[in-house]
Amino acid sequence: MATKKSHVAAGLYGDAHTPATGFANVNVGTTERIISAAGGALLTYYGLRERQASKPLGLGLAALGTCLILRGASGYCPVNQLVGRDSAQHSPSKAIKIVQTFTINRPVAEVYGFWRRLENLPQFMQHIESVEQLDERRSHWKANIPGGLLNVEWEAEIVNDEPNLLLAWQSLPGSEVDNAGEVRFLEAPGDKGTEVQAVIHYRAPAGALGHGVAQLLNPALEEMVRSDLRRFKQLMEAGEITTIAGQPSGRGRDKG
Amino acid sequence: MKALCWVGTNHLNVEKVPDPEIINPRDAIVRVVLSSVCGSDLHLLDGYVPSMREGDIIGHEFMGEVVEVGREVKKFRKGDRVVVGSVLGCGGCWFCENQAWSHCDNSNAHAALAEKAYGYPTAGIFGYSHAFGGYAGSHADFIRVPFADNGMFKIPEGVKDEAALFVSDAFPTGFMAADMADIAPGDVVAVWGCGGVGQMAIRSAFLLGASRVIAIDRFPERLAMARTHGRAETLNYEEVDILEALKEMTGGRGPDRCIDAVGMEAHTPGLEHYYDLIKQQIKLETDRPAVLRQAIMACRKGGTLSIVGVYGGFIDKFPMGAAMNKGLTFKMGQMHAQKYMPRLLDYVQNGDVDPAYILTHRWPLERGAEGYQMFKQKTDECVRVVFAP
Ligand SMILES: NC(=O)c1ccc[n+]([C@@H]2O[C@H](COP(=O)([O-])OP(=O)(O)OC[C@H]3O[C@@H](n4cnc5c(N)ncnc54)[C@H](O)[C@@H]3O)[C@@H](O)[C@H]2O)c1
Ligand SMILES: [Zn+2]
Ligand SMILES: [Zn+2]
Repeated sequence: MATKKSHVAAGLYGDAHTPATGFANVNVGTTERIISAAGGALLTYYGLRERQASKPLGLGLAALGTCLILRGASGYCPVNQLVGRDSAQHSPSKAIKIVQTFTINRPVAEVYGFWRRLENLPQFMQHIESVEQLDERRSHWKANIPGGLLNVEWEAEIVNDEPNLLLAWQSLPGSEVDNAGEVRFLEAPGDKGTEVQAVIHYRAPAGALGHGVAQLLNPALEEMVRSDLRRFKQLMEAGEITTIAGQPSGRGRDKG
Repeated sequence: MKALCWVGTNHLNVEKVPDPEIINPRDAIVRVVLSSVCGSDLHLLDGYVPSMREGDIIGHEFMGEVVEVGREVKKFRKGDRVVVGSVLGCGGCWFCENQAWSHCDNSNAHAALAEKAYGYPTAGIFGYSHAFGGYAGSHADFIRVPFADNGMFKIPEGVKDEAALFVSDAFPTGFMAADMADIAPGDVVAVWGCGGVGQMAIRSAFLLGASRVIAIDRFPERLAMARTHGRAETLNYEEVDILEALKEMTGGRGPDRCIDAVGMEAHTPGLEHYYDLIKQQIKLETDRPAVLRQAIMACRKGGTLSIVGVYGGFIDKFPMGAAMNKGLTFKMGQMHAQKYMPRLLDYVQNGDVDPAYILTHRWPLERGAEGYQMFKQKTDECVRVVFAP
């Protein structure tokens, strides 16, 4: 057990390897790029939504969002350039952890079993387009950032698999996306099903700017993980994902 | 199709909107035959429920005919005559499994929003703001019914549309009010509010063993309805001091069980009303809890307060000391439609209750805005206006 734990820890916290950059002429690190793009799209989305509600705050969010998308998609950040900051290389980045928990009214074996078939994950992970199991441990992931602004692919590896208890993975070195996470499955007391806890680790860009970005984006990312898990619960308990997207209203068809 | 849409505070409009379609496999599409107003809609209309959006279709109490079912709908076919509960339940979460349908974990399409407001998301409700899922309501030609196998019930042969309709919302709410009140044989039950919900609570209290029901309101026609159809004794709060009168009528003990079927927009004669109204309007308090305060004072020691009148946010001057020291039990909630509907349909079919008497006006949907105005002002002795699209 002890050895297993340390193995997981090494993998999860990403101390064992540094994220590859792979891009010659960019000043924004890959992780930062992905986060920028995802966060940017989210901010643009929320920003526009806010604006629809005619709050002045919306415009600012939308603008900041667009800037972040540009920065994520192009790998070039005008702000970084300006302050002479280069987060693409040798940046001591900060590990950030997101934890979200839901109780699912189904037996542990069923809940774990569904998740373990990684091909199932895109059914509830909103931004994952597909997951292909390459072998027992390795899988190939395709993601689609909201708005189709950025498509990314990477390979991940299961670093710990304890059936009906825990599943941990990390992206393989050299992947375009650097993330690691684990899901724990615990029988809930009082016959209430399974407590599912997702722990996601990612590395925020270094420095004051990176800190600011992370502070801005972390809630959005947390919300993203949370809504994915909620959809997982809906799928397991209700057999479908709750939505109003497509229903009529005086505004036409709702987007959701 | 046409639908009655919320445009803004006190502003409704019949608009042309797209027809609903099956979105999820457990959905059904129902052609609305009858769709009723409800006191809950007044809270939306008056702007006390946040997260309404311009264009939202309102209405949640309805019956009709199934026109299409999704591939996972097992119990219904095209042509079935159904009544649909106003609250949506997935049927698979722990709450639904335990018959606490209005607590459903999964039926709120905007769960994150509800979570922010209340800590945990509550169930979706048709036509009842985005915090309750943002579902299109029933004041329309057609409606999409998610989780159809759970929320729809076939209307038995011989039960007329007007009676089945109220098994959707008013009857289960009134019934749950009586059920939560834990009525013991011989109990005296006081019911605040003689709208559709109060009327149904009165009937239900008798069904569950009350010996006497005392109904409180100020509109003579509603009080008369409570007497003739509900066999209740009645009190007009504009004419008598309710606390004194209740004490008097219960041998000085106070009613054993008190039901609040009024909610956040209670009206009171005198200064208290303006105190609450002003605070509500400047948003220092969101709800006017006059009935709650009165029921706490009126209830006998160790009695039960059952609250189905809807509250949305915060209240002021809540007599916690009286509640605590008298050892009162509070039970409350949005009703668990699916739990009660089969039983209530039985009552209707057997002739124990014919809820159709609360229907006072039957209008075409085109007169929707006007109908709500009448219902709100309680003019023309309106208790419930029902639209037939
Ligand atoms: N819990 C639920 O699931 C649920 C479902 C449906 C309705 N409701 C709620 O039930 C309440 C009643 O609904 P309704 O359709 O009967 O509404 P309604 O507007 O027809 O009736 C409300 C009645 O309360 C009376 N009233 C106001 N102030 C009073 C006071 N101080 N004392 C006594 N009576 C007073 C009014 O005169 C009116 O007759 C509303 O708050 C509504 O939101 C709850
Ligand atoms: Zn209602
Ligand atoms: Zn449920």
